[in-house]
Amino acid sequence: MSQTVRFYQTATFTVGNRLLDPARRTVQASAERANAITSGHRACQGCGEALGARYVLDAAMRATGGDLVAVNATGCLEVFTTPSPQTAWQLPWLHSLFGNAAAVATGVAAALRVQGKRTRVIAQGGDGGTTDIGFGCLSGMFERNDDVLYVCYDNEGYMNTGVQRSSATPPAARTATTPVIGPEGGNVFGTGKSLPLIAMAHRLPYVATATVADLHDLEAKVTRAMTVHGARYLHVLVPCPLGWGHPTDETIQMSRLAIECGVFPVFEAVNGEVERATPIRRRQPIEAYLRPQKRFAHLFAGDAVDPRVARLQALADDNIRRFGIGGPP
Amino acid sequence: MNKPFAITLDRGSSRLNHTGSWRTLRPVYVDHLPPCNATCPAGENIQRWLFHAETGDYRAAWEAILADNPLPATMGRACYHTCETACNRARIDEAVGIHAVERFLGDLAIRERWPAPPPAPATGKRVLVVGAGPSGLSAAYHLARLGHAVTLRDAMPQAGGMMRYGIPRYRLPREIVDAEIQRIADLGVTFELGARVDDIAEAMRGFDACFAAVGAHLAKRIDIPAPDASRILDAIGVLRKLEQGGDAPLVGRRVVVYGGGNTALDLARTARRMGAADAVIVYRRTQAQMPAHDDELREALEEGVTMRWLSTVKQLGEGEITIEKMRLGDDGKPVPTGEFETIAGDTLVLALGQSVDLDALRAVPDVRLTADGSVEVGPDLMTGHPGLFCGGDMVPAERTITVAVGHGKKAARHIDAWLRDRRVEPAAKHAPATFERLNPWYYSEAERVHQPQLALARRQGTFEEVHGGLDEQTALFEARRCLSCGNCFECDNCFGVCPDNAVVKLGPDQGFRIDLDFCKGCGLCAKECPCGAIEMTPEQV
Repeated sequence: MSQTVRFYQTATFTVGNRLLDPARRTVQASAERANAITSGHRACQGCGEALGARYVLDAAMRATGGDLVAVNATGCLEVFTTPSPQTAWQLPWLHSLFGNAAAVATGVAAALRVQGKRTRVIAQGGDGGTTDIGFGCLSGMFERNDDVLYVCYDNEGYMNTGVQRSSATPPAARTATTPVIGPEGGNVFGTGKSLPLIAMAHRLPYVATATVADLHDLEAKVTRAMTVHGARYLHVLVPCPLGWGHPTDETIQMSRLAIECGVFPVFEAVNGEVERATPIRRRQPIEAYLRPQKRFAHLFAGDAVDPRVARLQALADDNIRRFGIGGPP
Repeated sequence: MNKPFAITLDRGSSRLNHTGSWRTLRPVYVDHLPPCNATCPAGENIQRWLFHAETGDYRAAWEAILADNPLPATMGRACYHTCETACNRARIDEAVGIHAVERFLGDLAIRERWPAPPPAPATGKRVLVVGAGPSGLSAAYHLARLGHAVTLRDAMPQAGGMMRYGIPRYRLPREIVDAEIQRIADLGVTFELGARVDDIAEAMRGFDACFAAVGAHLAKRIDIPAPDASRILDAIGVLRKLEQGGDAPLVGRRVVVYGGGNTALDLARTARRMGAADAVIVYRRTQAQMPAHDDELREALEEGVTMRWLSTVKQLGEGEITIEKMRLGDDGKPVPTGEFETIAGDTLVLALGQSVDLDALRAVPDVRLTADGSVEVGPDLMTGHPGLFCGGDMVPAERTITVAVGHGKKAARHIDAWLRDRRVEPAAKHAPATFERLNPWYYSEAERVHQPQLALARRQGTFEEVHGGLDEQTALFEARRCLSCGNCFECDNCFGVCPDNAVVKLGPDQGFRIDLDFCKGCGLCAKECPCGAIEMTPEQV
């Protein structure tokens, strides 16, 4: 009847835990974290990307002992952190253009190697700069296996320019360029792409997805990625209160629901093969995820629920089947 | 002002940009009242002592209990733990086994011989406590800790009241009671046992105040025709005699107990242990209406006690007892059906409740009684007679040892204030920490661990304790199941989830502070706080 104490009250889920050895707590629980993006930045209230980028970079800073440089594509992340002449970045940071972050990072990595330095390189951008505008450069970086960790902060649209559709925008979502007009308003079904799967098709040494809802998982993946050399890809889902139309305090809850309903599978892949996918802890219907978001409000505006909800559910179910992450329904 | 075109700001960090001005809602750290604490009749700060126990600091946890309750090992056994009924964790899996952890801490303190914290400097005031049951012991303990000289008098040869002469040993071993009473004696309380107080007014002379808690030990009786009146016993008398030893009361082979309270169950279970082949409880209402606790009933049934619901006892015959069946009337009250039945029975034991022995109060002026024969007291537990306070079973309240301990503490506080010519200003109650305020996602799956139980065969023949204690690892596990409802437990969530780095970590036990220069008021910290210890409040504009 004796019980082994194998967890700590709130265990693996909270940011820190006073009962745990500090070495086993998250980077974010430490008052000494790098705060790669410091206070005073101009991200909207409850910004998922500000949070996701700090999580990733702080973990990478710890993993590399602070010997890190970041190359940034144009996007929200840049606009809200670096309005000249002020900056929120607290690490060496480079900007070039919207489409060429991967190529610039390749160059930075090559230059550092030539100089005999061991400094690690991260390239980062939003889904627009990654899946659309910078895709060519990124694929090149992948196939050459350049020594760069590329991080995509996916908020499923072009948010700072006024919420336009990207190739990461989900079906049925309302954006400025997929307005709710006619019976099937919003983004159309059958479009878009999965960049993590495309990255895997390049047989990269490491590809992973993560969200801001599971900090422990995200930090572990960044840390692991920094132990590997060559081209690596990390895709982080970062909900956007502005573009998604959810309350500012539900950013983390939205990421959590995205995982729990199967819309966003969380996994790691090595050399093009899925190594581990995180099982769903408490499975939720897609409706729980869609309803709080105003970009999907038209699906629930009529007397009956729009049949496209069932189609979105089918897409989520398909993810669950593919990755084998089905929890109890 | 030599700035490039279209640049108006100085070069520098974004920290020059105070985004706090965006805010319309402000996060505020709050302490809300956890349901366990809210319902504890002894006023224990359960959430707080579990917080200490979680780190393995059992001494600090035990001392936190002792601030309110001097009898943790006893209470961890005999309390009906309303805290667990109220526990928010029940909405996730099962309530935290609070009583089992309390018992673990209490037993550990006895084993380690931890003394009670030292009393305050002597005040020179003398207080008489009449009745050494849970209420009197609690009052004596708290008064002694406040620096008063306490004399505790009781009619019985040993202290403990119903903890010794009412609650059977298999629920509450006497060495536990003895050890916890000894700790109170070690504080300097003078025990005068076997010293019945016949007139409190007289006894109070020479004392500055008095707390009376003589309990309710007069068994209520009803007239039932019987060929031999000696075959009708009262439950509390049987339990008392059993404890006093000497002539063990012969309850007979087939015992019928009349009543539906915990005492009826105690007696029936005791009868089984004393060798009764049958122990039948006759109760005139239904199981749902029974005042006894469900756990007690379940354990009694396990031990072979049988129940006759909706029945009253009509008369005793030779080796048999006639009962009348009842049915529930429209008002939910039992109504006789005129249908009779005889059941086998040598002895009838009445467990119909107890009333207060008010003899000692008769000569005290200005003491008023209630209609049901208990003593009327004010919110400060003082009777109409200045300086005389009453508590426990003799005042109108639920009659449990936890309520009694709570009365003792409350009375001690008011007596102390009265002696110093002050008033007790009760602290404002915090808002309740409801389940809806929690974010239960963050709590890991952790099924409750239940205490081991004695094998059934030994529960029917011996008075060995039925429930075992938790070992250290299990107690720690169980303590860590606490959700810390409404009170920060330093999980760092707010510090981690703020997109603006606007939460400042102040260090262990210091909690956190919001940096209002940068907090934009998004509310993520409040939403992701597992225990609901952050509240968003509108900014005053």
